Amino acid sequence: MSDVISVSDVAVRFGPRQVFHHVSFSVHAGEVFVILGGSGCGKSTLLRMLMGLLPPSEGHIEVLGRDMAHPDTALRIQVGVMFQMGALFGSMTLLENVMLPLEMHTALPEAARASVARTKLGLVGLGDAAALMPAEISGGMAKRAAIARALALDPPVLFLDEPSAGLDPSTSAGLDRLILDLRRDLGITFVVVTHELASILAIADRCIMLDKTAQGVIAEGDPRTLGETSDNHTVRAFFRREAEGAGSA
Amino acid sequence: MTVRLDLADGHLALAGRLDTQGSGPIWQAALAAAAKAKGGPLTVDLAAVEACDTAGATLLADIAETHGAVSFAGAAPATLDLVTRVTAARRLPPRAPAPPITWAELFRTGFATATDGLAFFGEAATALALLPARRKMFRLSDLWRSADQAGVRALPLVLLLGGLIGLILAFQSMIPMRRFGADIFVANLVAIGLIRELGPLLAAVILAGRSGSAFAAEIGTMKVNQEIDALTTMGLDPVTMLVLPRLIAAIAVMPALTIVLDLAGLLGMATVLVGDGIPMVTIGNQIAAWVVPSDLYGALVKSACFGAAVAAVGCRAGMATGLGPEAVGVSATRAVVSGIVAAILLDGIFAVVFYRLGL
Repeated sequence: MSDVISVSDVAVRFGPRQVFHHVSFSVHAGEVFVILGGSGCGKSTLLRMLMGLLPPSEGHIEVLGRDMAHPDTALRIQVGVMFQMGALFGSMTLLENVMLPLEMHTALPEAARASVARTKLGLVGLGDAAALMPAEISGGMAKRAAIARALALDPPVLFLDEPSAGLDPSTSAGLDRLILDLRRDLGITFVVVTHELASILAIADRCIMLDKTAQGVIAEGDPRTLGETSDNHTVRAFFRREAEGAGSA
Repeated sequence: MTVRLDLADGHLALAGRLDTQGSGPIWQAALAAAAKAKGGPLTVDLAAVEACDTAGATLLADIAETHGAVSFAGAAPATLDLVTRVTAARRLPPRAPAPPITWAELFRTGFATATDGLAFFGEAATALALLPARRKMFRLSDLWRSADQAGVRALPLVLLLGGLIGLILAFQSMIPMRRFGADIFVANLVAIGLIRELGPLLAAVILAGRSGSAFAAEIGTMKVNQEIDALTTMGLDPVTMLVLPRLIAAIAVMPALTIVLDLAGLLGMATVLVGDGIPMVTIGNQIAAWVVPSDLYGALVKSACFGAAVAAVGCRAGMATGLGPEAVGVSATRAVVSGIVAAILLDGIFAVVFYRLGL
């Protein structure tokens, strides 16, 4: 299986504060790869670097064989992104949101753009919501619409930032099913940042776990077995849903 | 709830419900007793305590902290556990003292802020230069919307303020001028002052207050909602899409706003002078004789530059918006203050340049 993403010895610092260092991993084509960890461990920062929004302080990140530290437009449109709150443009309908990347990066006529955008919205189950404004839809629908927009240019890689955040378990499970369906139907590689255990177990082929104290990766592998095989207390506690530090007073 | 201190044998007896309601009335008395017993042994007798919650446990922890060497007697194990838990929860992690702010750090911060500002102007200039290649990203609808917001919708305010300023200037200058029998020259004074100086400056202040803050708030909200990041990850340039339409709109509407403000001001002045018995024709002749076209041209160039500065500062404030709900408000405030300061600084530069050029 070929590597779509390769992260080598990456470190990030903000001034004197080291967020993490010596982070290395690779993501294979067609897999759902999850980056997990507690609050403040740097998982969203790592995702921003993978998206090309933040260059690493040290190390090297390659996406689709190209350096992601300073990506050009050709590389950017190969990568779709769903942000935590959807980041839909509030002045546009869902259809117009999905049409925007098509308008900017393709020569499709407007009718064709609208048709393609309707297809994308249909893929995420929002075929009947095309005319709605972002303010008129629920949080779960906003995330689906954001995935549709990210799919607009058929990117081979999709980054999802906290897709389950703020959603009820049923909506969250629906989103998990959508991710697996899209992976199966479109062969997309997913990189997902989340700390929702149920979601991780449902979708992840592999994962890495970042830790704030260790300032780096403390586990990598299949999330279904990490809880048993890891000798790290934090990893075991996370997968066994134990609250670290409880009862230690 | 009662508290009783027996200093002779270092005994502090608490009785009743040691909970959120019950601990309040005895809190100060209990701590005062603990402070009084400091230096000797103190046993807190909790045998008569009927119930204890975290507030009560906090009081016991405070007593222990105030005295320094307290032992608890007659307490239920659950109460002691709760005191232990509360004591641990109150323990703050050690924190390294903040390093003192040095001149070098201040200089670095100031330099970084200045270079950030310059970088933004550089980005905007680059985006403008690359506009022909990025025509798709420049949305005309955004340009019209920004022009409407910054220009057309500002007209009532510009007319009102312009008229009032002309009126006030005429009234204020009329009194000293009349002493010298120079009432007629009020028209020259107000017209030259308005057209050369006050018109562009007041229009810039109105633009900063209405549109600079709106630009910062709009772009800042997009930043907080990660819409700017979304544009970037889609391979779109946020400066071309969001900054350029606002910048061009502000540059385009500012000369028009300035002319409208000037006309309203002259009308306000004329109202006062006509009321004072000076005919309209005389006022017109005075203005025509003393105001030269270069006054107006210079003012229009200035106003376009003020528009660029106010819009750039507003957009820059929006793009630099931080995180959290208060960040947008901070950016909007910064846009107004910095926009007005930038316009006045530019006006100073123009004053020197026009003086040197003899304009």
